[in-house]
This record gives sequence, structure tokens and C-alpha cells, in this order.
Amino acid sequence: MKKIITFILICIFSSKSAHSLVKVDITRGNLDPLPIAVSPLYVDTKSEKLSSLEVDDLGKNVSKVIENNFRSTGLFNPLKKDAFVQKPDIAHLKPRFEDWRLIKAQALITGKLLIKDKKLKVEFRLWDTTAAQEMLALSFTTTPENWRRVAHIISDKVYERLTGESGYFDTRVIYVSETGPKGQRIKKLALMDQDGYNTKYLTLGNELVLTPRFNPTNQLVTYMSYFKNMPRVYLLDIETGVQEVVGSFPGMTFAPRFSPDGKKIIMSYAEDGNSDIYSMDMETRVVEKITDHPSIDTSPSYSPDGKFICFNSDRSGLQQLYVMRSDGTQVKRITFGKGIYGTPVWSPRGDLIAFTKVRKGRFYIGVMRTDGSGERLLTENYYQEAPSWSPNGRVLIFYRETKSDSKGKGHSAKLWSIDITGYNERQIKTETDASDPSWSSLLSK
Amino acid sequence: MTRGLLFSFIFHGVIIALTILTLPFMMRKPVDLPPIISVEFIQITDKTNIPYAPKARKIIEKVKKEKERVVSEQAPPAAKAKEKPDRIPLPDEKKEKREIKKKKQNPEEIKPQIRQASEFEKKELFDPNQIAALIDKAKEEQAETERKSNKLTQSNVKNSFAEGLSLSEEDALKAQIFSCWSVPLGLPYDKNLLVRVKLKLKKDGTILKSEILDHERMNIPGQSFYKVLAESALRAVRICQPLKVPPTGYDRWKDIQLNFDPTEMLKG
Repeated sequence: MKKIITFILICIFSSKSAHSLVKVDITRGNLDPLPIAVSPLYVDTKSEKLSSLEVDDLGKNVSKVIENNFRSTGLFNPLKKDAFVQKPDIAHLKPRFEDWRLIKAQALITGKLLIKDKKLKVEFRLWDTTAAQEMLALSFTTTPENWRRVAHIISDKVYERLTGESGYFDTRVIYVSETGPKGQRIKKLALMDQDGYNTKYLTLGNELVLTPRFNPTNQLVTYMSYFKNMPRVYLLDIETGVQEVVGSFPGMTFAPRFSPDGKKIIMSYAEDGNSDIYSMDMETRVVEKITDHPSIDTSPSYSPDGKFICFNSDRSGLQQLYVMRSDGTQVKRITFGKGIYGTPVWSPRGDLIAFTKVRKGRFYIGVMRTDGSGERLLTENYYQEAPSWSPNGRVLIFYRETKSDSKGKGHSAKLWSIDITGYNERQIKTETDASDPSWSSLLSK
Repeated sequence: MTRGLLFSFIFHGVIIALTILTLPFMMRKPVDLPPIISVEFIQITDKTNIPYAPKARKIIEKVKKEKERVVSEQAPPAAKAKEKPDRIPLPDEKKEKREIKKKKQNPEEIKPQIRQASEFEKKELFDPNQIAALIDKAKEEQAETERKSNKLTQSNVKNSFAEGLSLSEEDALKAQIFSCWSVPLGLPYDKNLLVRVKLKLKKDGTILKSEILDHERMNIPGQSFYKVLAESALRAVRICQPLKVPPTGYDRWKDIQLNFDPTEMLKG
């Protein structure tokens, strides 16, 4: 009995000293780009000299590529190197965090590279300067000529660690390079890194080429060309350069797109004057008709799980967007807004569909949810179309043409990118005029 | 039976008595709402020091002759005005502070050449010293208000500390952290984005210990965004420290929980 009373008394008295924890809700923050310092990578003094590369500047050049990648996202603010206090060799071993905090850096990248036996070994570390902790440390070995790719891979790893979503820097863009006057354009297939470097031309420009698309492994590309005025689809291996004719398809306007597993392609072409959607098995080459409607159905695109297809059709009178199951059932119209909708592309994340919209003579690139709700027009211009998603579903690349004057001069076509928030619209530098871009998936997964 | 009943009565009586004596909510006095005090703000413009046209100067000279009369009618005595302190002095230093103020305050007021050609001058009612006196008076009133409000704040603090931070203290802390928190932009806003950070603070607002309460979420597959978000929250409090905490009542806020949730902001 005494014990019980004592226990109760202790409980009562201790209740006086107990108090509820003060709780404060923080529901807002700033959306300013994160200040990040990219220290030039330290070049080990034991490194071999190479005739093809300026080894002494390699560390600085790698850091510049990383900085440019981060700046292009709009999410990071790479700090100027003039403000750095600590030298790269010491910073990589043990950063003096006070020095980096002093210049307001919240994250710091340091690294070291060594060229030995004609191999480039790069190690880098990501530091949280406020917590004075290492967040990430990785090492890569490759051929020295691959140094730009190494910089892109480092950018991807850091981006992923700081944002929680995968990066998109170690990727390529295939597009149609255009040269010559407007009426006599020479069009070639061109491949470049996402930042506009390392451009390679894949065709000679003898034939008109249109709408190239990557397959999921980034090894193959489909594109459309004309043979005796008939649209023909080709399959090109970008490593070996071997081309293969998939088939001739009347009334085709866009090259096929691959299914997410790469086993099928989906396309639209006209049979008996009516354009419908078809899929083709890449192994058996058997073609299956998916839509059967007297209207014009074009631009099909698979959802990332391969279960659905979005496309555009004029079955309602005006060209609008529709979603159906991949077997052609349960067709559902998803756009009801004013204007014409086209070139729908399903986001790799599966949450959004990008499209081109034409209204009152102006062209818009926009995104909407897969049920058609939440339409957001990201950018508007005289002429722009063909959006293609970055592999993380955060950025869109498209092309934009400028209006030519009365003498036909001033016309140009350039590649642009924009964030799905509608901010950070940037022109991507290309060696020539460019159109019909297609973004690859990550090269290093 | 009777004995048991007696024990029961005594035991329950003791419990009730102890509860009344010890539990804080039983002893809480009703909240003493302070009276509302209206505060008038007087704006002082830069124009006071602008030199005036000769015509206006003549008028001012004329006014100057009647200065004493006007001052006595319009303004409080200069000495009284100078008594006004900028902050409330402690009783033991009050006298000394007043003397210092006398030297510092309104050194320009005796300069007759600083004049203003305003409507007041035309009406021969204007005197720069009069304005100075009015400013002094305003300051005096303001000091009085501050003195009162300080008292109120302290009592407020006393009351609010029983529950946590007062609204103004909470707002100040929120505003401070808002500016330090760089929200990661790649967050999926349709998922649970609440990050609870528990802090142990020093008296000066610096962080002694920080802890993510839902730490286990960091390692759940498909929740990599949570780790990024949690780290951004920790960065925010570290950048912000020392946190803006009240000067008193340390025991009440030495442990504090910050609930970071950017959902509203991201949804726009």
C-alpha cells in the first residue's frame, strides 16, 4: 500500500516539472539556388604527361564542366573561384569549413586526379560545410579522353545527393542539324552531349532526315527519311553506324518511338488514306493496329510502365490529346482547352505529359497531368515544338524557329531547354541550326 | 468496513489536495489582458535643414522676436523635453543618464539660422525649436509607451511561457529560419514531406544538439527525397544559429521541435 501511494505521489510531483515541448511549424523557405563551391580538382604531381591533353589544366577543366552543369539547372549557384581561400590539394584532404562557410558555400566539391598507365583516375568528395561532414566520396577510372564524361558523372552523383532525384548530365541529345537557305536545307543527324559539346554527325546530308528517337539503351536510333517520296523508317546503331530499313510507311509524319522495354516501336501512318496508330514487334516485325477510327490519329507515346499510350487525334473535330491502354482499349480524351494540342510525350517519371499547343497563331510548350488536369503552359513563341524529356523528368528540350523577314532572311532553328516549373529557359549551343531533339536516358546507370 | 472507507476518504482527499496544489493548470490564474495603448508615430522629414529664401528669413526674424511667447504657449519647457531618455534607465543610473542626454539631444535647436518657409511661418506661428520640443515630447511619450509595453511583454512572456513561445516570439523565430532554409526543388509534393527536428539549445540560441525525429525514414527505399529534405532542414538551423529565442524562460524553450513542411509552398 505504501509503495503504491509513494508511486502515485512521485508521479504527481514529477508531473509539475514536465512540460510540453515547444513546437514551431516551418512551412516556408527560400527558393534561391544553393550556393555550392567546386574546387578545382587537384592534379597529382605523379601524373603522366599526355600529348593529346593539357594534364595540368585538367583539374580546372573538370571543375568548369561541373560548374556549368550546375548553373544550367537553375537550382545551384556555383561560387566564383576567386573567393576560394583554400588550395585544391589541401581542400581535398581536409577542408577548412570555416573558410568555405565564410564565402556562404553550403556544399563543397573537392577532388584529385591522377594519370597513370594511360588511365585517368578521378576521386571526388562532396562536403556539407555547415555540418562539417562528408556527404559523398567516389572514384572513377577511365581513359583520359573521357574526362568530360567523368565531369558529367560527378555532376550527376552530386545532383542526386543534394536534390534526391537522379541527374541528367551524363546524357546525349540526338537532333537534326540544319544548314543552308530555308528552301534548300541540308539536314543531317547529329549527336552531342547534353551541354552541346562533342558533336558527331551520323548522316551525310544527302537525304532529308526527321524526328530521330533513342531506344531505351541509347544504342539504337529510329529516324524517318524519304525514299522516292515515300516516308521510310530507319534503325541506326550509333556506335557501329550500321543502318537498317524498318519499312516504308505512307502518310507517316513522325518516326516511331520505342516502348519502355525496347521490344516494340509505336508509330502512326496512313492506310487507305486514314491515319491510325500501329505497333511493331522489333523481333518478329509483326505490325499490330492499335486504333481503328476514321479520324487522324498520330504522335503516339508510351507511358514509362508501357501500360498506356497517349496520342493526338481530331476525332472530336479539333486535334486534342487522348490516352488509351496499350492494347487500344479505354480511349479517353484528356484535353478540352481552346486551341490545338499535339506531340504528346509521357514523362519518364510517369506523372506528366508534355505537349505542344497552338492557339491564335502562337505556339506553346506545356505540361499536364496524365488525366489532363493541371495544364501549365511553360513557354510561348512564334514557332516551337517537339518537346523531349530529360531522363529525370525535370527538364524539357525542344526547338524554336525564328521568323524570317520579307526577303526570307533571319530564319533560324535552335534548341532550347526549360524546367517543368517554367523557369530557367536556356538556349543550348549547337554548331549549326537544330531541330527535332531527342534526349537519351542516362548513359551510366 | 468503516476503517476501509475511512482510509479511502483520506487517501482520495490527499490525492485531490495534492492535485490542486501541484498540477499547474489547477493553479493557473486567468490571463490578465493588458489594456490597448494607441501609439502615434510622427514622421521627421529631411526638409528641416533646407536654407530658406531671404523673404522667408525676414518673416522668421520677425517671429524670432516673439519667440519666447510662442514657445511658452506652444512647446513644453526645453529642460523637460531634454529629460526624455532614449531607453528606460535603471533607477540608480537615471540621474546620470539624464545629464548625458542634455548634452546630446537636439544640439541644433538653439541655432536661429535653421528656418523653414512653411505655412506655419506665414502665419507667424512657426518656430524650429517648437518642432524640436514636439519631437522631444513625442519621444517622451514613446518612451512611456515602451516602458508600459515592456512591462506588458514581460507579463506576456510569463504567461506564454506556461505554454511555449508567444506568437510574436514564434513569428520572429519562423522568419529567421525561413530566410535560412533553402528548400530542395526536386521534392514530390504529393508525398509526406514533414521533417521533425528536435533541438537542444543553449541560452544564447546556439544549438547544443540536433536530431531528426523520423530518422528511420531516411533509409526507406523510394524515400531518398526525405534524406535530402532532412539535411536541408538541419543546414537551415545551423546556418541560422544563434536562433532568435526569448531572453528569459530558458527552461521552457531549451528543448524545441521544428516541423519543416514545404508542401504548401511547393503546391503554390
